[in-house]
Amino acid sequence: MAMKRYSVFAIAKEAMSYHQGWERAWRAPAPKRKYDVVIVGAGGHGLATAYYLGKNYGITNVAIIEKGWLGGGNTGRNTTIIRSNYLQDPSAAIYEKARSLYETMSQDLNYNVMFSPRGLLMLGQTEHEVRGYKRTVYANNLQGVETRWIEPAEVKKLVPIINIDGPRYPVLGALYQARGGTARHDAVAWGYARACSAMGMDVIQQCEVTGVRSEGGKVVGIDTTKGAIDCDKLGLVVAGHSSVLAEMAGFRLPIESLALQALVSEPIKPCMDVVVMANTVHGYMSQSDKGEMVIGGGTDGFNNYTQRGSFHHIEETVRALIETFPMISRLKMLRQWGGIVDMTGDRSPLISKTPIDGIFVNCGWGTGGFKAIPGSGWAMAELMARGASPLAEEFSMYRFREGKFIDESVAAGVAH
Amino acid sequence: MLTLECPCCGVKAEETELQAGGEAHLKRYGPGSSDEEFDGYMFSRKNPRGVHFERWRHAYGCGKWFLAARCTATLEVFGTYPAQSKEPPAELQAKIKAKRPGWEGWK
Amino acid sequence: MSTRLQKGGRLIDRTKPLSFSFNGKRMRGFAGDTLASALLGQDQMMVGRSFKYHRPRGVIASGAEEPNGLVGLGQGGRFEPNQRLTTTELFEGAETASQNHWPSLEFDVGAINDRFARFLPGGFYYKTFMFPRFAWKHVFEPVIRQSAGLGRVPQNRDEDRYEYAYAFADLVIVGGGIAGLAAALAAGRQGKRVWLIEQSAHWGGRAVVDAVQIEGTEASDWVKDAVEAIEGMENVTLRTRTMASGLYDHGYLLMYERIADHTPGDGRPRHRLWRMRAGHVITATGAIERPLSFAGNDIPGVMLASAVRDYVVNWAVSPGDRTVIVTNNDDAYRTALALLDAGLVVPAIIDARPEAKGPLPEAARARGLRVVEGHGIAKVKGSKRVTGVSLCVQAGEGAELETISCDAVAMSGGWSPVVHLWSHCGGKLIWDEAQAMFRPDAKRPATGADGAAMVTAIGSANGILNAHEVLADAHSAAGGKGAAPGAVCGEDAPMMPVWIMPQGAGPALRMKMWLDPQNDVKVSDVQLAAREGYESVEHTKRYTTLGMATDQGKISNINGLAVLSDALNRGIPETGTTTFRPPYTPISMGAIAGEARGEIFQPLRKTPMHGWHETHGAHWEPVGQWRRAYCYLRHGEGVHDAVNREIRNTRNAVGLLDASTLGKIIVKGPDAGRFLDMLYTNMMSTLPVGKCRYGLMCSENGFLSDDGVVVRLTEDSWLCHTTTGGAERIHGWMEDWLQCEWWDWKVYTANVTEEYAQVAIAGPNARKLLEKLGGMDVSREAFPAMEWREGTLGGFRARIYRISFSGELSYEVAVPASEGRAFWDALLAAGEEFGVMPYGTEAMHIMRAEKGFIMIGDETDGTVIPQDLNLGWAISKKKPDYLGKRAQERSFMASPDRWKLVGLETLDGGVIPDGAYAVAEGVNANGQRNTQGRVTSTYFSPTLGKGIAMGLVRHGPDRMGEVLDFPVDDGKVVKARIVDPVFYDKEGEKQNV
Repeated sequence: MAMKRYSVFAIAKEAMSYHQGWERAWRAPAPKRKYDVVIVGAGGHGLATAYYLGKNYGITNVAIIEKGWLGGGNTGRNTTIIRSNYLQDPSAAIYEKARSLYETMSQDLNYNVMFSPRGLLMLGQTEHEVRGYKRTVYANNLQGVETRWIEPAEVKKLVPIINIDGPRYPVLGALYQARGGTARHDAVAWGYARACSAMGMDVIQQCEVTGVRSEGGKVVGIDTTKGAIDCDKLGLVVAGHSSVLAEMAGFRLPIESLALQALVSEPIKPCMDVVVMANTVHGYMSQSDKGEMVIGGGTDGFNNYTQRGSFHHIEETVRALIETFPMISRLKMLRQWGGIVDMTGDRSPLISKTPIDGIFVNCGWGTGGFKAIPGSGWAMAELMARGASPLAEEFSMYRFREGKFIDESVAAGVAH
Repeated sequence: MLTLECPCCGVKAEETELQAGGEAHLKRYGPGSSDEEFDGYMFSRKNPRGVHFERWRHAYGCGKWFLAARCTATLEVFGTYPAQSKEPPAELQAKIKAKRPGWEGWK
Repeated sequence: MSTRLQKGGRLIDRTKPLSFSFNGKRMRGFAGDTLASALLGQDQMMVGRSFKYHRPRGVIASGAEEPNGLVGLGQGGRFEPNQRLTTTELFEGAETASQNHWPSLEFDVGAINDRFARFLPGGFYYKTFMFPRFAWKHVFEPVIRQSAGLGRVPQNRDEDRYEYAYAFADLVIVGGGIAGLAAALAAGRQGKRVWLIEQSAHWGGRAVVDAVQIEGTEASDWVKDAVEAIEGMENVTLRTRTMASGLYDHGYLLMYERIADHTPGDGRPRHRLWRMRAGHVITATGAIERPLSFAGNDIPGVMLASAVRDYVVNWAVSPGDRTVIVTNNDDAYRTALALLDAGLVVPAIIDARPEAKGPLPEAARARGLRVVEGHGIAKVKGSKRVTGVSLCVQAGEGAELETISCDAVAMSGGWSPVVHLWSHCGGKLIWDEAQAMFRPDAKRPATGADGAAMVTAIGSANGILNAHEVLADAHSAAGGKGAAPGAVCGEDAPMMPVWIMPQGAGPALRMKMWLDPQNDVKVSDVQLAAREGYESVEHTKRYTTLGMATDQGKISNINGLAVLSDALNRGIPETGTTTFRPPYTPISMGAIAGEARGEIFQPLRKTPMHGWHETHGAHWEPVGQWRRAYCYLRHGEGVHDAVNREIRNTRNAVGLLDASTLGKIIVKGPDAGRFLDMLYTNMMSTLPVGKCRYGLMCSENGFLSDDGVVVRLTEDSWLCHTTTGGAERIHGWMEDWLQCEWWDWKVYTANVTEEYAQVAIAGPNARKLLEKLGGMDVSREAFPAMEWREGTLGGFRARIYRISFSGELSYEVAVPASEGRAFWDALLAAGEEFGVMPYGTEAMHIMRAEKGFIMIGDETDGTVIPQDLNLGWAISKKKPDYLGKRAQERSFMASPDRWKLVGLETLDGGVIPDGAYAVAEGVNANGQRNTQGRVTSTYFSPTLGKGIAMGLVRHGPDRMGEVLDFPVDDGKVVKARIVDPVFYDKEGEKQNV
């Protein structure tokens, strides 16, 4: 199942035959009767889990089951921000692991995911926020995450289109992570799928799970719209639909599903080379390689599975961004969309064993899962292969019972 | 953009007037309860794709909390009723049952 | 060439010429023109460059679906990129500039991409640019970004204003063509509150261009009468230039009214965003014509057949002298006839159908037109402008049989209903095999709050293309009584789906067939995506960027997914469509933001003394929606100096703090004491009338959430002070428990925060100042600490609390808000001889830190419990329950290893940087440096002349005197000793004088 390598030479060669010679990026197999490991959910996190199971632990008798199309959930709906400037140790550890894996992902997968470490700013716009970010900088430096606090003049230099003078919320400085940035979200899913397929794993799309079977407290398999599939271990990596899957397996997760929205403007020529997050006024923005301004909004407060959010969040976000970047007032919103995010009680994820032996969950990434994908897959694979992972240790679903939260909102940061 | 009728003041309230409050009919567990009970009360909330009973406050209106039965998959609102209810009104339950024959009940 | 005809043009007013410019060249048009018709009227066919290959681009369409005709419009604060030519009305002096080229539209260096197009197939960038690793960010990405993007970047602040408006209607009809009008007539007669909106400036839609006969008259006359009749109905509101941009749940319809786009600078708001709640929505949004995919179909001069007709009939603009028609249906023959009527030449009608025998083809033949059946276009000739077409057999592989010279091509591949609004909220579509279109499935509409259908599609938006049937559909959907208006429009013969032309085209031709002309997506790209396994329509879209351009695939999507389906050998309905998302066409960010910008970006809360602060050098700090004075700057003074001055003055004389923003909530009733005992960690029911007590509130999850002084006003009423940011939250929190959990308890709450102005008068001279005002006994004996008195102070009705957050002798005085400013002025006047001086929030913060008082938001951050802050004394041991108590019993919360509050003093007297962490030995399992504490508050204390800090440290209170290392910037380490957090006046003598 060796895959044909992608390169500029391969393109040149194929161009001679009108690109008729390209093979499938991933196979489309029918499910086998049994796998060592089944991962439900072929989004970024599920595919990354499978990939590292194979790459790090040699476990390749793996199926990744997807209800719709791979990468069709939140992987393809987010604003593609990558950063690891988190406050709490467990978060910083997994997000920094992820960020460092993003650095070499294109080469590792032989698929250009366009990781662009263009730098990321979180604006401090109140004294309280400034203090929170300065604290984060100190924490980050001890966590091995490279960040620094920069003054307004440097903010203005990095982001010429920004308005730092208010009037209501002048920019007092920013938490700057120079190695933060963006990547092409779809490519992350596609690249992992291609690599998994090349390792002999089966990516099975259009296959919905209808039941989870266990015997004596241990998982034995799943039922799907493409038939029953047995497995020794089962990973549930389905974001907003985690509660539904957990219900099938017979347990409950500390998750609520909410709609989160985003929008893009029409494309314009390059005008902003970094990612800017303004949390006091609730808006964040970057410019895609295509030229669109990519803008993230807020979540609704109510449980929602529709992938449609309420428009007033879009209004609030756009207002905040016009205050921060006055020139966008003359741009137009091209498209808005929503996704279903899975929120836990402390807004931090779950990478955890469950009450059923052999079933593991990876969910609860809320509004910020994209940046974590490789780290999340790395930790989940380790947990599934070895039964424990230092990166996943603190993200157990049982932490709420102990009162041991991983709360990132404390540094005035939001979990995007 | 939801609209919910506030059972207290009778206004058909816009979402922007309302504040969502999560799952309804929770039993509070205080001192003396087990870790499991407390965890269930605080964090392991129901999160169905379908009929959901939830709390809302008419925050920028009469200020009263009330309860709503709503479908999280279609956003259909089956009805609203006072916060001071131990369980959903019988006629509301019947209405939901008629509209969603497979519904397993509110408990 | 394209030119203005001598006669005709139903929308233009030849008596009103307008001048405008394009790329600096002066041009002329008429009132009623769009920018597109005006440019075409001046032979400006090429108007831009495509996204990827920088190929020449001309106008294709005449409406919202236009993918190519985008310009930068205006100057300075009114410059806007990506303005669509076809939907922008011409106005005097309009300045336009084409986009995405350098140095000029005619000669564009970026067009080199076109030379290498063969090496740049769909998704090529995923397969290359990977080595060396850092080259993506530093080399490839900047080049790609510069080449991509479309419009120029606006540089100035927007000079226009925008507004919101609200409306409610029983029925909103979207689209002012004959379907919308017929529906409005029918619904209006029933007395419903109806809105009828039309995105363009004109009523009537396509029927008036196509010269349909309705009820015995010309469509244009019928439309005029219908509009008049509707205008006469009081219950119906009509709006042109208003587009329904999105339908959201529960009938929330967002409508975008372009008030002054065509009259810029006239003082009116530019756009108005209507937030409509509609009982029901009827979409009469019409249909959009599809292009045909043949080689060279992107060359300027190739246009939609309906658009060619529109330009001729509406604006008297001929896109070309010789126009070849290419079609798979009868409708395009109307264009041929319209061109003939205008005296133009149609060298041939190329019809892909094996035979064309309907009334329209016959009429064309009767007028001497050449109809070539069963043929297609093999290739379009030309580069920046069409010069001719070569013919081939549609069923063949593209052998060129004959070349016809022409300067325009009018193409028609059939029609697609505009189903966007129908789909936004989940309305489903079905594939109509006969018409080769997706149309609304009436059985699966979007549903509203009540679970019933909230949208109905009518007319061509419902897949009905025949005018007579359109009217009947509209009339009945709107519940019309009696007979529907009837139309005479002739029968069209069946169309034949044609997805590529010719059917057997090889790869070389398919690489020249454009699906999405803006983003440069070709038939070959979609086929490549399919070959590589990007089978889902979403995958194909994202892999190739099909339909992701500014037109969002209005003309390209159906053709693209038909090509995809064909490549995968599956049916079009199995492939399905991508999701339709709002807005229908792009809407301005300015309109989305509305009026809320600048000073009124968010509501601003002002205390009664706000005006004084403003005129006395207040350096503002936003706190929630309040602005509080951080300090008061005197002439030439820095912030740091001002803060120190204010502290020294308060410690040595007397200071005033505007404390009006503190939350004030009255809790009253027979069960109020019991309720407060649940709310606070300490006992409030036992507080005697006349006394004050400091209290803590926790969340049910155990974390400290707010604090403040509680005052027992009467036997059954308490006044709870909250933090500035906490008032609304805590009031809501109280109501939550009262209404939802303990609803049988008799308790009432009222948030009276803004009813009172409150001033803290602190410092050794505080008593003297109040005594001078007079009227109340504020002596130590008569008015001890932690008590309150009510009376008249210097003529003001006042309630005085003897509480201190600064450690000084201190009184907090509350007066009615309306008297706040007068009271403040009186304090300043009376206090002059005692050295009175206001102080800001920073002085307050430092003084409380000198005293070791905690601050919510500094010492707490949502992860801190009262026990961490050594506030055990404020946690009742007697109470069986309070909110947060159970949570605090959990293992991690009860752990002795939690970090606890201590004071920190640097060994060198300096200030520890805010937020610094104290390190411990070694690293954790993830390689992160271990820590054992952190700084929560840190200041330079002008009182003590050195740095002071508070922090949370593991086992801190047991480690007094130990020195901790705080690594700070540049590898330096600050050493600080653990000390008692009370730095100043440990015995509390100063406040108890």
